[in-house]
Amino acid sequence: MKITVTVNGKTREGDVEARTLLVQWVRESLGLTGTNIGCDTSSCGACTVHVDGESVKSCTMLAVQADGCSVTTIEGLANGDTLHPMQQAFMDNHGLQCGYCTPGMVMAAISLLQENPSPTEEDVRIGLEGNLCRCTGYHNIVKSVLAAAGK
Amino acid sequence: MGGSILGNRVLRKEDPKFLTVGGTYVDDLLDEPLLDGALHVTYVRSTVAHGVINSIDTSDALAMPGVRAVFTGADFGLEPVPSNFNPMVTRTLLAMDKVRYVGEPIAAIVSETREQGEDAAETVIVDYDILEAVVDMEAAMATSTLIYDSAPNNVVFDTLVLGMPDNTGEAFLAGCEVVARGKFLNQRVAPCPLEVRGAAVAWAADGRLHQWLSTQHAQGAHGPIAAMNGVDQAQVRVRTPDVGGGFGAKIGIYPEELLLGPISKRVGTPLRWRETRSESMMALGHGRAQVQHVAIGGKRDGTVTHYQLWAIQDSGAWVDMGAILAPFMTRPMASGVYAIPNIECRTTSVVTNTTPIVAYRGAGRPEATAAIERAMDLFAREIGMDPAEVRRKNLIPKFMEPHTTAVGQTYDVGDYETALDKTLTTADYAGWRAKQAERRARGDARQLGIGVSVYVEITGGVGSGEEAEVEVLPNGKAVVYTGTSPHGQGHVTAWAMLASEQTGIPIADIDLVWGDTDLTPVGSGTMGSRSLQQGGNAVFVVAGQLVEKAKSVAARLLEANENDIVLDKDAGAFHVAGTPALSKTWADIASAEGGISAKDNIAVPGPTFPFGAHVAVVEVDTETGKVRHIAHVACDDAGTVLNPMLLEGQIHGGVAQGAAQALLEEVRYDSDGNPITSNLADYAFISAAELPSVTVVHMETPTPRNSIGAKGIGESGTIGSTPALQSAVVDAVSHLGVSHIDMPTTPEKVWAAIQSAR
Amino acid sequence: MIPAAFDYKRAGSAAEAISLVSEYGEDAKFLAGGHSLLPLMKLRLAQPAVLVDIARLTDLSYIRDEGNHVAIGALTRHHDVENSSVLRQHVPLLAHAASHVGSPQVRHRGTIGGSIAHADPASDLPATTLALGATYVAQGPNGTREIAASDFYTGFLESALAPDEMLTEIRVPKTTGATWGFQKFNRRAQDWAIVGVAAWRRGNECGVGLVNMGSTPVLATSVASAIAGGASVADAARLASEEAEPQADMNATAEYRRHLASVLVRRALESQSA
Repeated sequence: MKITVTVNGKTREGDVEARTLLVQWVRESLGLTGTNIGCDTSSCGACTVHVDGESVKSCTMLAVQADGCSVTTIEGLANGDTLHPMQQAFMDNHGLQCGYCTPGMVMAAISLLQENPSPTEEDVRIGLEGNLCRCTGYHNIVKSVLAAAGK
Repeated sequence: MGGSILGNRVLRKEDPKFLTVGGTYVDDLLDEPLLDGALHVTYVRSTVAHGVINSIDTSDALAMPGVRAVFTGADFGLEPVPSNFNPMVTRTLLAMDKVRYVGEPIAAIVSETREQGEDAAETVIVDYDILEAVVDMEAAMATSTLIYDSAPNNVVFDTLVLGMPDNTGEAFLAGCEVVARGKFLNQRVAPCPLEVRGAAVAWAADGRLHQWLSTQHAQGAHGPIAAMNGVDQAQVRVRTPDVGGGFGAKIGIYPEELLLGPISKRVGTPLRWRETRSESMMALGHGRAQVQHVAIGGKRDGTVTHYQLWAIQDSGAWVDMGAILAPFMTRPMASGVYAIPNIECRTTSVVTNTTPIVAYRGAGRPEATAAIERAMDLFAREIGMDPAEVRRKNLIPKFMEPHTTAVGQTYDVGDYETALDKTLTTADYAGWRAKQAERRARGDARQLGIGVSVYVEITGGVGSGEEAEVEVLPNGKAVVYTGTSPHGQGHVTAWAMLASEQTGIPIADIDLVWGDTDLTPVGSGTMGSRSLQQGGNAVFVVAGQLVEKAKSVAARLLEANENDIVLDKDAGAFHVAGTPALSKTWADIASAEGGISAKDNIAVPGPTFPFGAHVAVVEVDTETGKVRHIAHVACDDAGTVLNPMLLEGQIHGGVAQGAAQALLEEVRYDSDGNPITSNLADYAFISAAELPSVTVVHMETPTPRNSIGAKGIGESGTIGSTPALQSAVVDAVSHLGVSHIDMPTTPEKVWAAIQSAR
Repeated sequence: MIPAAFDYKRAGSAAEAISLVSEYGEDAKFLAGGHSLLPLMKLRLAQPAVLVDIARLTDLSYIRDEGNHVAIGALTRHHDVENSSVLRQHVPLLAHAASHVGSPQVRHRGTIGGSIAHADPASDLPATTLALGATYVAQGPNGTREIAASDFYTGFLESALAPDEMLTEIRVPKTTGATWGFQKFNRRAQDWAIVGVAAWRRGNECGVGLVNMGSTPVLATSVASAIAGGASVADAARLASEEAEPQADMNATAEYRRHLASVLVRRALESQSA
């Protein structure tokens, strides 16, 4: 099936099987491998991207469902060498270790702050319920998001 | 001179990549020319826990779209291979005669796309004669059903065969005024690195095999891959891309990874393999899985004089590293931080029809700590003493010379009472006790529980040193080669700090190479919290050697005496003492030499013994049994701290995994050996919403066993937090008559414990 | 993991969607947000031959004040239910319950109609709308009909919807002047409830719905009768499981579920949220 999707501001066209997941298309056809796959059950959030500005698990969306939509992945955040404030906050607060959950975590965190610009620590913890990390114990992730909110 | 960079909070050099385009994990190697035209491998796995294979019919799969080949063990003439840990036990890498756990690989499908492989895997028909599934480790020793004919009673390792004494039973405790006993389950958990296993292989035109592997130890995989492919090690290059976590489960090499070379040879194309999470939950090794029979005895004044432990270790369906964790990691640490004059400890490892057990963050030490800490709580309860006080009374006094426990293990240095005191003070232990008393007096539905643990563990037990090479290029930039293998720990930054400290080259100009058997053929990888004390130490010492080597070049270039040459680390240049105007930079020296390097294998005299104390506070809803982890204070003394930011990150992550085991996570099987937690919806992988922020208490007692003074920090947080959490949960309901709840302390278990105590 | 192959049809209108599903029969499924269906398809627990994508029927995404009730288009996302000022004012229980569905990412895609049509007893919104006395509107080849929530859930993942009927609207009576409580008891924040309770109360009148207490969402009518008869909340809550047939699973025994239901019903009815 033919699809046209705006990915990180650029119009991208694809010809996909109906069953192709959005995450597969983004990774394998567009080569945007920043978005990762961590589970089979929509549990881990490693595949989180923005669809029309909101966080979505791209493993639970068909590529054909994104036809005509605007998708932003981790690769679309920085402006040249200038990191997005959330990326910078993760850097400054050691909000990542192995890096595997990081793209999804950053995308989820940006969406969280769009909906709740001044969250409490509890808001952040609950707001990230759909993103799993095995390295950081979430401590510095939460700190990063709160720091980004303070800017 | 700006002073030492060591000990500073230096941000990670590796982060911008991870944050902007993501790491390059093995599944991200889309641009690798050697992998052009790679096909995909999908493994067909056993759906039966224990059974005899009558036949494997792959004909339908072969006819499926995009399928290029399907292989069984017979197609490769696979021979049984012995376990590294008990050579009497053998298996074939693809199950041929028998399957021993759900998830065991049986056949390999090669297809053009991953989807086609998944489709075809569903069409392979395996006919089994079902055998009794042996799931419970104590039942395994009693049943007549043998998983391996060569392992009577399903026992694959016992400390008795090492000549270690058996436990003497009741007689051992005969003289004790007070005895408390318990049977504890240290349950099976899944390591769950967020990146599952993956690999890629290609036979290059020159006949060499290239294998990319998501691993903690490429050098360890090198020999087995070469042997599997019947080629010399020089004909194999193993590379480690970015690795999305390991936690011990990616130390060893697995059948699915070993088979890729031969399959690639047979089909004549490069191959990629990535398991799904559902596969990973069944086929990546699990951790822990011990049943512990514990008895503790002593005097009414609180002095513990006797401790007896029989640890039964589940090895799963294979004899992997898990089989030896109980004898070689749990047993040596049985005494914990306590001066207990009489200790008996036997361990027995058994096979069951479950996923094999491997190392998992802590690997044997969390089990030792949980056993003694739970025992201390039971003892405290028996004599009516505060658990923190019982601990203090029995701590080994501060020692700066090696100390040997009754079980024969020698520790390097220790100051346990200071760790306990600092932690209790920071946590406001007395304040929490007062709040707890108020809630108890009021009879609130939500009660507070406070758990204390004091622990010592063993790190750097793997490897006796490490290799490092430091090279300065003609442009003045440096490359460090290390035998360790980061997968989140921050070596790129930390090793650059160490090299920069010696050479004065800015950390921005120092790159790190690891996990590539062509470039770093010697190395023991990253495991057992060994990296800094062995690998980092080697970088530090070798960088110092390089400075000395560079001084002799500088002396020649400056026409001076080598002994008069000094390195100005701020300028990154050498000059004759007293005449800084005339100097030679690293670039000058490296250019004159066409590059300059030093390389050495730096030995360490032995492992180190980090220690610490944790206080966990929980709120337990006594009506429902639900536990909320509301505060956590961790003091983890890892010796000299290189980068406090990285240190704290290790503690935070360790605490979360420890809390996960104490409160939530458990791999479970039904009575037929079917896994019922084989995805992340069913397995309760802990999230941010179930955890509090962690208060870290700093304490540094340097070890004399390396030039940095560093001990391991990767696993301490897990080891200290688990018993503190479990103890806190029990403490919250102890006034209702509860003395023990097995982990994970799920709501129903807590509720049931309250009901049965009433 | 990847779903088995299927054909994909995108519907331009409800009528077209219904006609497409009629054409393909039992092998066809509606695809709305996909957050119930796609996970099952990835695990290959569901293998429909045809998916009819209805997510673009934006005319079915709305929340309207209709006087004595609020009308919610079936394709309204959980996120929009959660943040609706109309619902927060007139049916705050439903807005709050929607905020507990899955994770934020799930709520950005999943729809109230999809959740209800999937009829999962462990989902939050079927039991909540049941407690609220909602009416569901279904459209089929022969027009529309109304189905009371109390008649809708017929078995595990089974509803009164015919295969070619599409849920189009959920009508929820306003709970003006009522207090309400929502108790979701789970392991992790993003998990399904081990037991959940949605309840509202206005004087001696109340509605109590139970999540994951049997093969269908459960309306705890005995509790409501007891309250109507003047029983105390504590006494009424002991009857929480009268209509339920809870099953044991890896997270709870049936006995524990019954106990939880009583505690959570009591707490939900004692809640002073209004």
